[in-house]
Order: sequence, then C-alpha cells, then structure tokens
Amino acid sequence: MTELSEAPATAAIRLATNAGAGVADYVEILKPRVVSLVVFTGFVGLVLAPGHIHPVLAAVAVLCIAVGAGASGAINMWYERDIDALMQRTQGRPLPAGRMMPGEALGFGVVLAIGAVLILGLGVNWVAAELLALTIGFYVFVYTIWVKRRTPQNIVIGGAAGAFPPMIGWAAVSGDIGWGAIALFAIIFFWTPPHFWALSLYRAGDYAVAGVPMLPVTAGPRETKRQMLLYTLVLWPVTAAPWLLGVAGGLYGGGSVLLNAVFTGAAIQVLRDDGDRSARRMFAFSLLYLFLIFSLLLVDHFGGGRQ
Amino acid sequence: MTAMDRGEERQRTIRARNRALVAVLVGLVALFYAITIVRMGG
Repeated sequence: MTELSEAPATAAIRLATNAGAGVADYVEILKPRVVSLVVFTGFVGLVLAPGHIHPVLAAVAVLCIAVGAGASGAINMWYERDIDALMQRTQGRPLPAGRMMPGEALGFGVVLAIGAVLILGLGVNWVAAELLALTIGFYVFVYTIWVKRRTPQNIVIGGAAGAFPPMIGWAAVSGDIGWGAIALFAIIFFWTPPHFWALSLYRAGDYAVAGVPMLPVTAGPRETKRQMLLYTLVLWPVTAAPWLLGVAGGLYGGGSVLLNAVFTGAAIQVLRDDGDRSARRMFAFSLLYLFLIFSLLLVDHFGGGRQ
Repeated sequence: MTAMDRGEERQRTIRARNRALVAVLVGLVALFYAITIVRMGG
C-alpha cells in the first residue's frame, strides 16, 4: 500500500494552511446518495412488518439505519483512500483530494457506527441493533477489507450488506426476522450484481488501474453480461416471493412482472451491445428498478392491493 | 490566495463546523428526550 503514504502527506500540507475538512466533506464521506436508497428500503421493511411501532421510534429506527449506512461509507472511504486516488470516479473524494485526514474519516465513521447501534438498541430493540451492527461489520470487514480486492465475486458477497436494511426495519417493528424480511433481503441481494456490473462494465479501465478484480476486468465483458442476464432472470421468482408469502398483493405482483420484463430486456440489450451505451442505461434503470419495486410494495400495502 | 484570505477561509470553515456540531448535539438531546417520553409512556 505504497500509495497510502502520499495521501496523508498531501492532506497534512493542506490542513496546515487551511482549516481542515468542511461540513460538506463530512457529509460527502457518508455517501448520501447510497444512504437515501438504503433508508428507503429500510423504511419499506418497517412498514411491511407485522405489528405496531410508535411513529417516534419508527423515525429513530430509520435515522439509525441512515447513520449506520453513512458510517459504513465513511469507514469504507478511509480504507479505500489508496485506490480512490487512482480511479477517476473517486479522485475528488475528500480523502484522496487531501481535504480530510484519514484519521478524521475513521474516527467519524466509528463514532457514528457505535452511536447508531447503541441508540437503536436502547431506543427501539436489540434485535434490530444487532442486525445493524452485523450490517456495518459485514460491509467494513467482509466486503471492504476482505473480498473486494481478492475476488471477482466481491459484489455478490458484498451485496448482502446492502440487503440488510429492510430486515433491520422489519426487526425494529416485530423484534424478529420473518420470511417477509428474508424476501426483501433476497430482492436487494440478487439485484446488486447486475446493478454494479453494469457500472463496472463502463468503468472497467478504472478498476483495472486500481487493481480491483471486478468481473469485467477478470472475466471480460462478455461473461459479465451473461451473468448480469442470469441475475435478472433469477430476480423474477425472487421478486415474486413477497406476493407468494402474502406480504404484498396483486398490484405489486403485476408491477414487479412489468419491471422484471424491462430489466431483463435491458440486460439482453447490454449483451447485444458492444459499446457502453446500454450498460450506462441499464445502470440508471437498475436504480429506478429497485426504487419502483419497493415503492410498489408500499403502494400495495397502503392501497389495499392484497385481495 | 493571500494569507489573510486563508485566515478568513479557515475561520469560516471552523465556524460552519462548530454550528453543525451544535446542531447535532441539540438534535441528540431532542432525540433522547423524545425516546424517553415514548418509552415511559409504555
């Protein structure tokens, strides 16, 4: 990790002349765009769970999920500052750009992580808090530190970390992990590989420079596209699970079939396209796909789609 | 950028960070208060 010696030195020079990281830098290392989707899926888990929770405690649970996700992002940025400095997409982040000292990011992330878990445990319940701790630990130790730089299946394994939030929301209400929560987990888990591989298809050069073994770098674009299509096919039965389990009704069932048709169609287009355009379009659609799947679950729940 | 500009920039950044920290602390107090009231209410 020879690159690591450069970033803190640059940061130290900047910090000696400036005032250190600004508020915007602290917000940026929390990866707010990722957090927004995590919060939304966590909220849906909370709404769909059987039982009742006081609105204030529900808000506390959502806040803790958001802070925990942000803390994971901050610790991830601390650990990955060497490869972030090498990739065009991430060079402007506070650590590689020298606007923040590595210790600041790590301290900030750890304090937020511990705070979020403790407040969730004390305020809501300890099952949800343990799941949040597991999520943060999985993202930091298993995904960031262990698998990301070692295997092309990094995204498949690491996808579990992003899939936990609806389960945390569910546990915040019910105090346990039901089949419905597992179904919501599975949707995000199987959605993650085609989502990230679409991005890594047109960012393969960046990942190759940084030495991250993303599938397009190690197995080539053709195999990546084939696997993306397979995952979109797996999503058909997986997204049907909430409907089959009675967690959602016909409105969701019908909507998810339509969304799966478009997502699978996008994967077929990516497979046929030798350029980047289809992959970029599929990446953008994958975000909309997950948002709409979880929106359908909400609309179905409140709109009485269960007949 | 002159030394004076850098000094002003430094003061602005520190002030903004302090304000954000105050907001977080006040938010935490409000949060603990709300949780306590709800939990005590049964």
